[in-house]
Order: sequence, then C-alpha cells, then structure tokens
Amino acid sequence: MSENVIEFINICKSFKRKDGSLQHVLNNISFTIPAGKTTVIAGGSGQGKSVTLKLVLRLLDADSGSILVDGEDITAIRGRKLNQLRTRFGVLFQSSALFDSLTVFENVAMPLRERTKKSEKEIHSQVIEMLARFDLAGHELKYPAQLSGGMKKRVGLARAMMLTPSIMLFDEPTTGLDPVMTGEIYHLFARTQRQYGFTSVIVSHDIPKVFNLADNVILLNHGNVDVFDSPEAIQWSKKTEIQEFVKTTMGEIYQSRNVETETL
Amino acid sequence: MSNPLARLGDTALYVLEDLGWMTNFFFQAILGIFKRPFRFLELLRQIKFIGSGSMVVVFFTALSTGMVLGLQGYYSLNRFGADGFLGSAVSLSIIMELGPVLTALMVAGRAGSAMSAELGIMRISEQIDALQCMAVDPYRYLITPKFLAALISIPLLTALFDVVGIFGGYLAGVSMMGVSPGAYFEGMRSSVTNHDIWLGVVKSFVFAGLVVWICCGRGFFVQQIRGAGFGAESVSRMTTQAVVLSSISVLVFDYLLTAVLL
Repeated sequence: MSENVIEFINICKSFKRKDGSLQHVLNNISFTIPAGKTTVIAGGSGQGKSVTLKLVLRLLDADSGSILVDGEDITAIRGRKLNQLRTRFGVLFQSSALFDSLTVFENVAMPLRERTKKSEKEIHSQVIEMLARFDLAGHELKYPAQLSGGMKKRVGLARAMMLTPSIMLFDEPTTGLDPVMTGEIYHLFARTQRQYGFTSVIVSHDIPKVFNLADNVILLNHGNVDVFDSPEAIQWSKKTEIQEFVKTTMGEIYQSRNVETETL
Repeated sequence: MSNPLARLGDTALYVLEDLGWMTNFFFQAILGIFKRPFRFLELLRQIKFIGSGSMVVVFFTALSTGMVLGLQGYYSLNRFGADGFLGSAVSLSIIMELGPVLTALMVAGRAGSAMSAELGIMRISEQIDALQCMAVDPYRYLITPKFLAALISIPLLTALFDVVGIFGGYLAGVSMMGVSPGAYFEGMRSSVTNHDIWLGVVKSFVFAGLVVWICCGRGFFVQQIRGAGFGAESVSRMTTQAVVLSSISVLVFDYLLTAVLL
C-alpha cells in the first residue's frame, strides 16, 4: 500500500444551476490522504465536502483531474473493477442509509450475502459477533424505524465493517445526534479504528469534537483547498477566511483536545 | 436563460438526456436477469404485491366494466333487433381493448405509484447510494425483480379482467335483460379469434413493461429530474408524474399497437 492512500490531482467539479450557469464546487483541487490516519474534511455548507466523498466512491464523476486510490487512477474505471474498488471502502452515511424494509440483522448481513459465497451459518455467526461488538445484541429483529439515532449509526457502522474495508468514509456521521451521543459515536470510531487499523476520512461540520480525532485536516473553502498536518496548524494560517473559520468554529478546541484524546 | 430559442434547445437537450437515462435504466434492468445472485424470493414478494395485491381492484373494475358494457350493448343492439350479438360485442371489447388497458391503468395507480415512491424514498435517504457503495448492482437488486414480477402479473391480471368482465356482461345482459345465454356464448365463441386473444396478450406485456419502466425509472432518478424539487416533495411529485406518464403511455401505445397489429 502506498503511503498516501487517496490522492486528488487537479480535480474540478461543477453542477448546472437552474438558470443554466455552472456552479463550481471544486476548483482544480489537489490533496492527499495518508494511509492509516484520520483525515477530517471540514468547511462550511455547500463547500463540496460530501461531493469529495462521492467522487472517491465514484457516485459522482469529476469534470477533470485524477483521483488515485493506492496509486491506481479510478476516474475512468467501470464494471467489475469499480465494484472491486468499492469493496475496499466502508461508508457511514449522514442518514445511516439503513434499508427500511430489512431488520438490523438483515442490514448487517447484506454485504456478506451479496458479496461473498459464505454459508448462511457462517454469515449468522459473523453478524451476531459484529452486532455484539457494537452493543447491538438483542436488537437483531428490530427494523430501523424502531431504533434511536445513535443505534442507527452503530448499525450503519457495523454494516460498513462487515467486509473489513481498508478505508472508512464518514459523511457527517453525527448529524441529528445530541452532544452526549455525538461524543459516544466519536469514541466508538476511535475504538473501531484502533481495532481494525483502517484509514478514516471524516466529513463533518462538528468541528471541535471531530478535530479531537483528526491527524490532519483538509479545509474546503469556495472551491479551493487548504491542507494542514494537524488541527492545531490551522491557527497558524495567514489567510483571512481561515482565521475567520478558526474564530467561529475552533474557539475551545485546544483546551479540550489533550483532555479528550486521553479518554478516547 | 431569457432567449426562447435557447430555452427550447435546453429543454430538448434535457428531454434527450432523460430519455438516455431511462433507456439505460431499461437495459440495465433486463441485464439484471442474467446477473447473480438472482433474488427469487424478492420476485415472489413482488408478484404477491403487484399481482395478488391488485386482484381485488382489477376484479371490481372488470365486473363493473363488463356490466356497463352488457347494459349499454343491450340497449344499443336491441334497437336493431341484434341483441344476439351482445356476447360478441362485450367479449371483443374486453379482450382486445378494455382488459389490457384498464388492468394496466389500475396497476399503475395501485402498484406503480407505490414502486415509484419506494424507490424515490430509497434514493433521497441514500439507500441506493449505500447499495452501490457495497458494490451491489441496484438494478439487479431492486429493479429486475419488479420488472419480472410486472411482466408475469399484469398479463395474468388481464386474463382475470377478461373472464370477470365477460361474466359481468353476462350478468347484465343475460340475467338482467333476458338475452339468451346460448346466443351470448355462441356470439362470443364465433367472433373471438386467436388473433384477438393474441393482440390482448401482446398489449398486456407491452403495457406491463411501460408501467414498471416509467414508474420505477421516475422513482430511481428522482434527484436528477428537472423541476422535481427536493426531499419528500420531490418523491410526491415524481410519484404523480410516474402514474400520469405511464397512464398516458398506455393509452398512446394502445392506439399504436391496435393500428399496427389489428
């Protein structure tokens, strides 16, 4: 595996507005995501954070530029190769994206049923083990509508982990959760990453909390990108808009970072 | 875009783009039949939903249509002393036209709207994205069972409509108006040919394909369709559009097929 697991090279992405003009969301951006680390992609609403994740997963296609995953250009792959790429990723969606008509057990079992040739007996034991690991034992037969927000996230994470991905992508993972649950979910992420050793990419607007997990930060700002080796490095930026960002979102991070990382 | 010509060109390009998505969608759904694992249990579930779930509405529509045809036919034919042709008139109307068309319209309203809403909700709640991220082909997983179930169920529902509709005509014409039962069935036997039945069968397959294609496609592409809006509103708009478009398509194709195959 290369040192940088994901590389964006001169990526442009725009969307067509209603009046026919183009809205440039990503403007010739380049950055790298190092292997085995936690990278946080931050930025205001509509700055292209989720678009960036969708480009990596090829749910959207870039207008120009290249995206390398483990050194391989993924911007034009299709069919079986695209499926092979996607099985290397685990994704936790903003809405958890659990299948409403399936039970917790069926949701978590789905990647194994669809992507492996394992017997039902093997699948059953693996799913039960995974659910127990995420404190979901006894909830196997419930439907997503019967779960709390935090439980849905845990089911989503358990499902994403079933094929033991090497890269985990988290899209606004704590949206809609209260502060206590948000803390618990980030605690779970840190614990899971320690156990499995995957590369994490977290898109979040929950800045002070998520920065406690970050090894490095990518800040998206009006189609441009700034990369920082650590969350603390952001405060040294000379750019006015980043200083503004620091002032509005990161007021208490430095006081809390050391205390909270010890507990994670 | 204030220039009307530019607006027209933009709309034309959008319509072509939409047709492109829908054509690709159709072929991907068909290709899904040959991909593994095949979801046989889901196919049975969809047959139950589309087929057996629509039986009641199709039964009552057929009974009422047949009885109205029986009464109307009797009053019209009786003026010329030709009420012996009632069986022929009712059965030909139902087998060649009303059976396939009304069955498809009923299924579009009941099951088509539900399929469209289900897929639209799955799209806006990122469930379809989640499938793709797990490297699961959403066409094979979600669409192909619905396509096959509709292609199996709608022709069978049409057959049910034909039988119940002809029985409804018998109830009104024979039991209520006193037409001879022998004349009713003999009229039907002598006038309905294999070609007429074949025409009804072909229509029912084509309408089944149209209904499931349009209804599933509108739900699947809910975020790409211009003017759909966002969130729950987009799903409700696309569900309405799916039923309206599929109903209009059934009526237009009914004329085209009749003109070509009659």
